Amino acid sequence: MGRLAAIWRKELKDYFVSPIAYMVIAIFLLITGWFFFSSFFVQGQASLRSFFQLLPMIFAFVIPALTMRLFSEEFNVGTFEMLITLPLTLRDIVISKFLAGITFVAAMLLPTLSYPLFISLMGNLDWGPVAGGYIGALFLGGAFTAIGLLTSALTKNQIIAFILGTLFCFILAIVDKMLFFFPESILDFVQYFAADYHFQNFAKGIIDSRDILYFLSLIFIGLYITHLLLQARE
Amino acid sequence: MIHIKGLTKYYQEVCAVNNIELTINQGEIVGLLGPNAAGKTTTLRILTGYLSPTFGNVQIKNFNLTKDILKIKQLIGYLPETPPLYKNLLVYDYLRYLGQVRDMHKGFAESRIKQVIAQCGLQSVMHKNIGELSKGFQQRLGIAHALLHDPEILILDEPTTGLDPNQILEIRNLIREIGQQKTVILSTHILSEAEATCDRMVIIHQGNVVADGTSQELKQSSNFSPTIHLGLKNADQNEVSSILSRISGVQNIETKQDDPSDHLHFQIRCHPDQDLRERIYATIKNTNWTLLEFYQQTQTLENIFKELTQES
Repeated sequence: MGRLAAIWRKELKDYFVSPIAYMVIAIFLLITGWFFFSSFFVQGQASLRSFFQLLPMIFAFVIPALTMRLFSEEFNVGTFEMLITLPLTLRDIVISKFLAGITFVAAMLLPTLSYPLFISLMGNLDWGPVAGGYIGALFLGGAFTAIGLLTSALTKNQIIAFILGTLFCFILAIVDKMLFFFPESILDFVQYFAADYHFQNFAKGIIDSRDILYFLSLIFIGLYITHLLLQARE
Repeated sequence: MIHIKGLTKYYQEVCAVNNIELTINQGEIVGLLGPNAAGKTTTLRILTGYLSPTFGNVQIKNFNLTKDILKIKQLIGYLPETPPLYKNLLVYDYLRYLGQVRDMHKGFAESRIKQVIAQCGLQSVMHKNIGELSKGFQQRLGIAHALLHDPEILILDEPTTGLDPNQILEIRNLIREIGQQKTVILSTHILSEAEATCDRMVIIHQGNVVADGTSQELKQSSNFSPTIHLGLKNADQNEVSSILSRISGVQNIETKQDDPSDHLHFQIRCHPDQDLRERIYATIKNTNWTLLEFYQQTQTLENIFKELTQES
């Protein structure tokens, strides 16, 4: 346990020591803030709907930018050799890096809590969908972090890791908006694969075990493939 | 302590290490020598668990490389070829992080950090960013990384690359000092370094062990015939050849005439086990030749190395 915590702490420290973390947080807040408030006053509704509607797409860009370095950089600099020769299992490494990623996502979401606080001062905010949305955002962030980790374990080039990660996340974020392209017979099937569809359920305030199961399996599959990729490097 | 049995590693089709058998005893300092791409680094990487072997097995103490890899990683301190380090950590923070990942007790880790910092001469850079360190300091931090948990086995891949001559001496002394209690395996292609630091040398060529022994043993085992070089003036080439070839033990005599100079140069190949210098000198003394040069070329590690690794 101490080992996991040590790597987790180091990865988080790496994020906050470098300016990249602050830049990513700033960009994230800027984009979400602008999209949210530009429609908020027009709609005149005391809800976070427009924020949560855009979140999957914004996450699809921001999270791969955070996770791209987690393995790629270690391969590139060669520190992976040091890491792997320490008495750690690959599972320890994958899990601690994943936890560091998701911690960062949580830290990034934290300032956005000011939006519902602000709204609740202005109108009558229904806290149910807000709580659901934030829980869903953590699941969504976890799934995208796992995907980003996977693409980072594919290559030592961070740019490639980022582009591939964005591609996969973006597909999951928009596929339920593209349903009219698919034949009717597989619609349900495609919809079930869309991360956005499951996330929007959370954002409505519905916490369904099917949605939780979807995100947990996505996380599990992502981490498992990452583990296989690292194993194949030997 | 370490038993390597039939170790083989293929990279796709290419065979990097071919059926290596090696036993290394406790407290030995073993040097792995070989030209580039001979399989030294691959062998070391397998021992440290970074690569897994295609065939074969390694037994370290009572642990098996495939089954008890975590226990083996605990026993080993490893310095990779160019020490890859996290550039944006401080030296001290890095060592503390390492202690935590290695699950060392806090007090023990603290005292070991102090010890390795002193041993590797890192006091002046303790609170510097690793990325800002010079190559020499990074190499020393790499060694500190390997030593931190006081491992029983130390595996060093080219430990003195990038160091200046003074630092090389320091590191060699450090390795010898550590080698008194620990088992050390180091790879190098600097032969004088291996001769200076190692108890035993293993020469690897194209993935095979081609020689194994102390430097003395290696020199004796090779069928190298010593060559005596002679530079003579006032002498006739045929006369010299006929007189010297009468000495028993002389195998053949070659003449090299360096045009501009006025003296003759002879290379006399002698029988491997005989030292003919006295007899040749006595023979020359009885003639009226002028002796300008007289030296025996003895077997050096460089020659052995060349012989063993150049064919093919």
